[in-house]
Amino acid sequence: MTKLLPMNRRSFLQTTASGAAAIGFAPSLFSTPAAAQAALTVGFIYVGPKDDYGYNQAHAEGAIVIKAMSGVTVVEEENVPETVDVQKTMESMINLDGASLVFPTSFGYFDPHMLEMAKKYPDVQFRHCGGLWKEGTNPMNTGSYFGYIGQGQYLNGIAAGYTSKSKKIGFVAAKPIPQVLQNINSFLLGARSVDPAITCQVIFTGEWSLAVKEAEATNALIDQGADVITCHVDSPKVVVETAAGRGAFVCGYHANQSPLAPEKYLTGAEWAWGNVYTKFVTEAQAGTPLGNFVRGGLKDGFVKMSPLGPGVSEEARKKFDATLAEMMAGSFSVFKGPIKDNKGGDAVTAGQTFAEDAIELESMAYLVEGVVGSTS
Amino acid sequence: MDEAGIGIWGVPLAIFAGAIRVSTPFIFVSLGESITERSGRINLGLEGTLVFGAMTAYAIAVMSNSPWLGVFAAMATGAVFGLIHGFICKFPKVNDIAIGIAMMQFGLGLAFFLGKPFIQPVAPHLPSIPLGGWSDLPQIQSALNINVLFIIGGLLSVMLWWAFKNTRVGLVLRVVGDSSDAARAMGLNPDSVRLLATAVGGSLAAVGGAYLSLFYPGSWNEGISSGQGLMAVALVIFARWNPIGCFLAALLFGGAGALGPALQSVGVTQGYYLFYAAPYVLTLVILVATSSPTRSLAGAPGALSITK
Repeated sequence: MTKLLPMNRRSFLQTTASGAAAIGFAPSLFSTPAAAQAALTVGFIYVGPKDDYGYNQAHAEGAIVIKAMSGVTVVEEENVPETVDVQKTMESMINLDGASLVFPTSFGYFDPHMLEMAKKYPDVQFRHCGGLWKEGTNPMNTGSYFGYIGQGQYLNGIAAGYTSKSKKIGFVAAKPIPQVLQNINSFLLGARSVDPAITCQVIFTGEWSLAVKEAEATNALIDQGADVITCHVDSPKVVVETAAGRGAFVCGYHANQSPLAPEKYLTGAEWAWGNVYTKFVTEAQAGTPLGNFVRGGLKDGFVKMSPLGPGVSEEARKKFDATLAEMMAGSFSVFKGPIKDNKGGDAVTAGQTFAEDAIELESMAYLVEGVVGSTS
Repeated sequence: MDEAGIGIWGVPLAIFAGAIRVSTPFIFVSLGESITERSGRINLGLEGTLVFGAMTAYAIAVMSNSPWLGVFAAMATGAVFGLIHGFICKFPKVNDIAIGIAMMQFGLGLAFFLGKPFIQPVAPHLPSIPLGGWSDLPQIQSALNINVLFIIGGLLSVMLWWAFKNTRVGLVLRVVGDSSDAARAMGLNPDSVRLLATAVGGSLAAVGGAYLSLFYPGSWNEGISSGQGLMAVALVIFARWNPIGCFLAALLFGGAGALGPALQSVGVTQGYYLFYAAPYVLTLVILVATSSPTRSLAGAPGALSITK
């Protein structure tokens, strides 16, 4: 029936939306400085506090890097829930602050929130952290970027493997999604490259941020003899402090947590979003099209390692540096068959090798042999 | 298993240790709420007070380098929150539950706003008493590192239980809570009594918050409580307004909450979401088992708005 009408609901909405966009942009015409072909306002939206020693801090550190670039104004908002609230935040950044490049950094911002805004404001560029963008399906003024941090967890595992005396290491994880499973597996495989007898106990807390449960999980791991702990939760602060308080060593994640436990912090897999944001901003200022699907790992400068702590032995440092060099050369892969899963099946068959950007790794649903834990 | 691990014994140990580690905020909030509810008023805002107390304690401890100063500052702000609640509820036709919800949101929002600069700094922790020196096992030594606030909470519950029964203050509180009219006939002013009871309740709840941020898990962030204040208010009803019951219910909750991580740590890894629901399932089972179709809630203060 809709087809019979001269204007259906969708096209009506589109017309009004572009009208609204035109009105919304009017003020920015007046505020554009004369000598600023490079003036650019960039919006950052975080799901939590930007100084959480974790996921959000990693992004906020990236924002600090581009703040220093000439012509760039950064507007930020923290604690924005993954609801219609984030749409309001984006609209106000676009209309009131004149942002023409927006980075909604949390996974749940993508669909439908960022996609709605991208339709409504076709002249604004949106880049989302998490890697969900699909060509043909999603608008061209949107895109996603993400990093391969699994190799960082492998390096964490090497440091842990040399440091662990009990040959038991622990992982506090939020949810059993492919990205988290890949980190757990990489951590264990890194440790097993040092000593194949090492096992990794994993505890899932079920949520991205549950301070008390994370502390309980860390205590339970240490009670069972784990002496090096790492995690994949939004803010590793509680895990790092609890583990160090119990005398265990820790490997960091997301950002550098060494100030929280200078003696016990071995190393950590950190995001280096500053490089990624610099690239986007440079492209935007130059007027060249921004990438829509941007990925990279250690060698691309998307991921970096925290400086090695005092608990890392000379032997460990050597192997760490050698492996890092291989990774930087692009000739290293963590998932090289044969690898069994922890139920006895084949995870990676003999002769099979996955590069870090292999698409197969993004649907990982297994834990490798040596990990004590279950995905459900 | 290997020497460092303690295998399956980790589960009862974790439940025991969890009961001690996790229960303290529940103890303080529920004791505070039991005082308030005994006076005939419900303060649902204690979740907000708890989080604000956690923030205040952490902030003051960071600035003064004294965790105890943080605890006292938290008590003061908790009392202020209680006084505001009590003062507003004094007016006729004001619903204490609605005000409680408003106060909860206010407390959370204000704590998030003022707590912003204190997420990063590390505050000095409250001291604990190492009672596990007799054991060679580091696991037991760690489990028996008991915080002073836990011990104070335990003593306080016994003291309150005794005071409700045997002191003039306890009697006044109960009279006001059971019947405003009877209290007025005795020459008592129910509003003033409730105002004080809510203030005391608020300051105790804030101590629970101080424990969260200054001892376990021992850091301030905005998700530190994740609803513990609300659960503790429910615990009061569960414990039938009996302070010793509150203490035991808090222990039960703490212990049941430790079950999920502990079972995963010994290799029982299937269905951990179910184990995480254990405290709530337990609450339901006990409530159903102890309910009766023939009598009303034993121990419920008569003037409490849920019983009207």
